[in-house]
Parts: sequence; structure tokens; C-alpha cells
Amino acid sequence: MEFFVISLLNGVSYGLLLFMLSSGLTLIFSMMGVLNFAHAAFYMVGAYAAYAIGFKIGFFPALFVAPLVVGAIGALVERYGLRTVHKYGHVAELLFTFGLAYLIEEIVKVIWGLTAVPYRVPEVLDGPLFTVYSTAFPKMRGFMMLVALLMLLAVYLLLKRTRIGLVIQAALTHPQMAEALGHNVPRVFMLVFGGGTALAGLAGVIGGVAFVTEPSMAAALGPIIFVVAVVGGMGSLAGAFLASLLIGIIQTFAIGLDWSLGGFLGAVGIAVTAQTPLYSLWKLQLSQVAPVLPYLLLVLMLIFRPKGLLGTRAD
Amino acid sequence: MAAAPSRLRYRPLNLARWLIWGLTVLAMAVLPQIFTQGFAITLMSQMGVAIIFALSYNMLLGQGGMLSFGHAVYSGLGAYIAVHTLNLASSGQIWIPVSLMPLIGGLAGAFFGVVFGYVTTKRSGTTFAMITLGIGELVATCALMFKEFFGGEGGITTNRVVGQPFLGITFGPGVQVYYLIAFWCLLSMALMYAWSHTPLGRIANAVRDNPERAEFIGYDTQRVRWFTLIISAFFAGIAGGLSMINFEIVTAENVGALRSAYVLIATFIGGIGFFFGPIIGAIVFTFFVVALSGYTNAWQFYLGLFFVLMVMYAPGGIASLIMMQVQLIARKRFRRIAPHYLAAGACGLLLLAALILTVEMTYKISVDSADGTVMNLFGVQFDASAAPPWAVAIGLWVVGGALFNMARKRVARILGEIQTEILQAKT
Repeated sequence: MEFFVISLLNGVSYGLLLFMLSSGLTLIFSMMGVLNFAHAAFYMVGAYAAYAIGFKIGFFPALFVAPLVVGAIGALVERYGLRTVHKYGHVAELLFTFGLAYLIEEIVKVIWGLTAVPYRVPEVLDGPLFTVYSTAFPKMRGFMMLVALLMLLAVYLLLKRTRIGLVIQAALTHPQMAEALGHNVPRVFMLVFGGGTALAGLAGVIGGVAFVTEPSMAAALGPIIFVVAVVGGMGSLAGAFLASLLIGIIQTFAIGLDWSLGGFLGAVGIAVTAQTPLYSLWKLQLSQVAPVLPYLLLVLMLIFRPKGLLGTRAD
Repeated sequence: MAAAPSRLRYRPLNLARWLIWGLTVLAMAVLPQIFTQGFAITLMSQMGVAIIFALSYNMLLGQGGMLSFGHAVYSGLGAYIAVHTLNLASSGQIWIPVSLMPLIGGLAGAFFGVVFGYVTTKRSGTTFAMITLGIGELVATCALMFKEFFGGEGGITTNRVVGQPFLGITFGPGVQVYYLIAFWCLLSMALMYAWSHTPLGRIANAVRDNPERAEFIGYDTQRVRWFTLIISAFFAGIAGGLSMINFEIVTAENVGALRSAYVLIATFIGGIGFFFGPIIGAIVFTFFVVALSGYTNAWQFYLGLFFVLMVMYAPGGIASLIMMQVQLIARKRFRRIAPHYLAAGACGLLLLAALILTVEMTYKISVDSADGTVMNLFGVQFDASAAPPWAVAIGLWVVGGALFNMARKRVARILGEIQTEILQAKT
């Protein structure tokens, strides 16, 4: 019970962090048809920016400033980079963001070095929030969930309840018509890209503290959020939410379990020893397999339900 | 019924093609006799492997329109199977000569192409790219899980000198390995070139350009993509087998995401629109990596920047730039533009100097400042934390940027003029 509750809480908080990233990715994709390969790189920039800014003005001001900085960088990238390659088609756009991801990682390495920077949890958020039986749930995790939920609410209100949200939705489905009505659709694109990257930056501010801020953090998380986007259904925000939680929970539970195929076979009466063929497969524990699970889910999803959980189209 | 009329064919001898292939063979045979240092031989061996790998990648990207982020899976798994086969051979359990190991790698690559390709080629476009990324991560993570097969962190090592020497060939010296690689490289090049002219190669182009139409004339686009991927994986496996023989070690890096990224970068830099593009790309890329990584720690930054600039301003790669100049020379307009190229190039050098100065000084201060900030660049010694070098850098950025912008605009204007002239001459 203790394991279940704490794993569920950890899984949900990790899933919410994934959603902070995949929401921006999905927004950008559904709007511009661009799969932003550099999205996780912006997440990393957010963490490093918050580390550099927070050094001077403290963690909480940086929580607001760093995403703005990342969003501004994102908007500039859209205006002067992505818009240039837009005429060459989607593959060129994907290649551009791929190159950008590579480049951002190298820039981070040149400026901050190869090792992790000491970006630490502020004192207010240090320590346990509450304890379940004997396991403590850290305050930082709780704060992560709070920020993610607030962000979810803010994005929802912005898209559904404001004028700019209406324009964004219009430009999303009917770009020509929105343009004909006098809205500057390229500028809306720039805003969406900047906004999406700012969300990634916000996730970076939180994720950088909760985990480690190092140059490989983008490459570690990047593929997972693409899995989220594909599993949830390309371009579906609700699907991204579901898939984020699903993958967050699956991964957290798997890490804590030492089940193995061999153990299962042993339980049904087939003894597995070191002499059994394929022993290295049977002895694998679920906790060891945990990093592979999202990708397995991706492959299974593509075979059995190519459009994703809540997606509407198959390509 | 009368016999079908024999088709009339007009096929002049394509002299240029024979000349180019002949020169390639000659160059590959003669170069190691000119550059005999071990360093040069190793470099050329790596280039040969990279050429096969990049060409196999371009079969997907250039000819099939499939952007893959996980191509190293096939070369890497091919290399693993080949290294295990070689180890079996050297322990005497089976008999396969070393020179055929690339074929083993190729067959293994094709096998995994059949398996993984079935899943990945179900979709095309952006989703295909995502799935290949997922499969790549899947295999890369598995490589750290199954230590018996993948060798964990240390990888699987081997010794390529196996069995009795045949005609004095042991594959001990680097130059013998080079010639083995050159042989397989030429063979693969010829085969892949021939493939691009087969019906499958042609229909792969059709599926790339207009999948809907290809389906309407009766082709299953998924199957076309799948077959293309299998053949591409075969050649990637050959490259993997050769790199195994070259380095005598296979590690988890061989299936990793970075390796996949490198082949994509190399192929794109060379140019995906022409058959010879990836060959140029592989040569330039290998040279870039080997030469630059000796000089600077920030070489990956320069590589990334170069790639992004190519995507933005020369999406056809180096090959398309070359072909553009060939066109100009053929129409006798090159002499008019050449001086402006030179001017733009000189201004570009100023910008490059500014970039290098900025990056290297930043690196020195932020990462490499353990033993002081005094550094040496192009034979000049200075203190990276002092103001003057930064002033020089800023000056170079401003002056170089302004001059380059002017020169660039003039080149664009004159190219435009030449274009109009050529168009007018046609009509």
C-alpha cells in the first residue's frame, strides 16, 4: 500500500512534468505541423537560464523570468530560423529543429561545461511535504505538481476564454480564413512557438531542480516526450495529457518492482536457472526494463492503434 | 500472333559516367600509395566506411523520402553480429574468412530491417521519423541491458587476424584493411547506384514524391518503403561489419542516437538530391570530425552550426552547390561570378574568425580556466579574460557582418542576372 501510494504520487508528478513539455510540443505541432525536435533542448535552456538567473535574483523570480527568456529565444528562432526553412517543407523544418537541438546542446556545453551545474532546490521547498507510512514525499515534487496544474489551467483559460485564444484556435484550423479576417497568422505562429517553448522552459526550471541540470538532460527526456506525443495522438492536447500520466506512472511503478519473467515462470512451476537458454532474458527485472517500456508502448501502439490514444488521423 | 516488335534502343556510351567511376576506382587504389602515413590510412578507411553508411542512409532519405533518426540500429546490430561471428571463427567453431564479415553484417542488418522496418514503415513523414527515433532508443537502451550480447560499457572486442594468411594477406596492417574497405565500398557504391535504376528504386522515388498517385497505379506504398528500408539496412550492415574490422571493437555507441545523428548530418551536408552527394558528405564529415576534434573541444558546436546553416541556406547540400557551378561553367558565366565569390569568401573568413575567437574565448573562460585564462589561437597568445581580445572579436563581428552582407547581396544579384540571361537565351 505504501509502495502503491508513493509510486502513484511520484508517477503523477513525473507525468505532469512530461505534460508540461508535451503540451507545448503538441500545441506547436497541431498549429504549424512542425514537430519541434528541439523542444527538450528548450527545456534544458530553461533549467540553465533559471540556474544562471536564480544565482542573482533567487529561485522564485527566476521561475517567472527564465520561461520568458526561453520563450523570447523560441520566438526569435521561429522568426529568423524556422520561417526561412518553411518554404522547403516539413522535412526541412524537422531537420532544422534537429540541428538546433544539437546546436543548443553544444552551446550549453561551451558555456557551462560538460558536468552538472549545482542548481539546487531552494530552502523553502527542501524537505518532505508529508509522509505516507514511512516514506516521505518531497515538497519539490508537490511544487512540481502544483506548477503543472496551474500551467494547465492557465493554458486552458488562455485558449478557451480569451480573444487571443480564439484567434489561435482559428489560425489552427483555418489559417487562410483567419488571415483573410485581418489577423497576422505568421505572428500568431511566432507567438505559439514562443509560448510553447516558454512552457518547455518552465518545465526546465522545475525539472532542473528536481532532477539534475546537465548537458545530457535534453537527450534523456527528448525521445520520451515524442513517445508521449505519438502515443497520445499527434496534435491532441487531451491525448498528450493522458499519455503523459500513463507513461509517468508506468515508468515509476516499473522502477520499483523486481518482477522478472523467470520469477513468473518459477511461480507457475517452471524452474529457471543459469543453465536455461536465454537466461539473460528471463532474469531481467522489471526495474531494469523500465527505460525501455515507453518505447515498447510506442511500438505496440503503432501496431494496434496507429492514430494514438485520442488522435484523429493515422499519419 | 506476331512476335512483339523488338524495341528500338538508343543508348550512347555515357563517357562522363565511365570517366567518373574510373577515376574513383583509380583514386581509391592509388591514394594509399601516396599518403602512406598510418594516420592517412586510418582516415581513408573511416571515409570508406562512412561513404557506404551515408549512401545507404540516402537510399532512405534522398530516394525514399524517409527521414530516419535511427539508422545506426542497422549498422550497429550488423557490426555486433559480425563481431560475434568473427569471434566464433577465431575460436575455430565455424569457418568464415574475415573478408566476408561485411556480408555477415549486411545480412544481419537486412534481417533487422525486415523486423523493425515492418513497424517503422507503417507510417511515413514525420511519424516515421518519430518511430525510428523510438526504435533507435529501444535498441540503444537494450544494448545496456543485455550485457552478454552487447558487452555492456566495454563493448565486444575482437582480433581481425584470423586463420592462415591468404596470398600473404593477414589484415594485420592498416593498408590491407583499407583495401578491403575500398573493395566493399566500390562494390556497394556500384550496387546502390544500380539499385537507384531498378523498378523498385524508381517506384521508391514515386512514393517519395506522391504516395497517393503511387497507390493509384497499384503499388502498396508501405511495402515499397519496407523493401527500400531492408536494402538500405543491408548496406548499413556492411558498413557496420567493415567498421568492426577497422576498429576491432563494437560498443553500445555503434547503435546509439549520436551515430544516427552523424549519418544524417553527413548525408545532408553532402546533398540528398544527387547520388554522389552522400559520398562528398561522408568525406567532408569524416575529415571535419577527425581534423577538427584534434584542434578544438568545441568541434561539435561548429559541426552543428554548419549543419543548421546548410539546412537554412543550402538545403541541397554541397552537391547542389557544385552542380550549380558546373551549370555556370557550362554556360560560360562562371568567370563573371568568380571574383564576387572570392570577395564574399574573404568577408566570410572575417566572420568565421569572429566566431572562432568568441567561441574559443568563451570556452576558455567558462570550462577550461583551471590553469589560467591565457590561451593560444592561430599562434597568437592572449588573455581571454582581458578586454582587448573581446573588443577585437566584436569588431570582427561588426565589420565582417557588414562586409559579408554587402558581398552576399552582390553575389545574389549577379546570380539573378545570369539566371535571367540564360532564360532569355532559351526563349
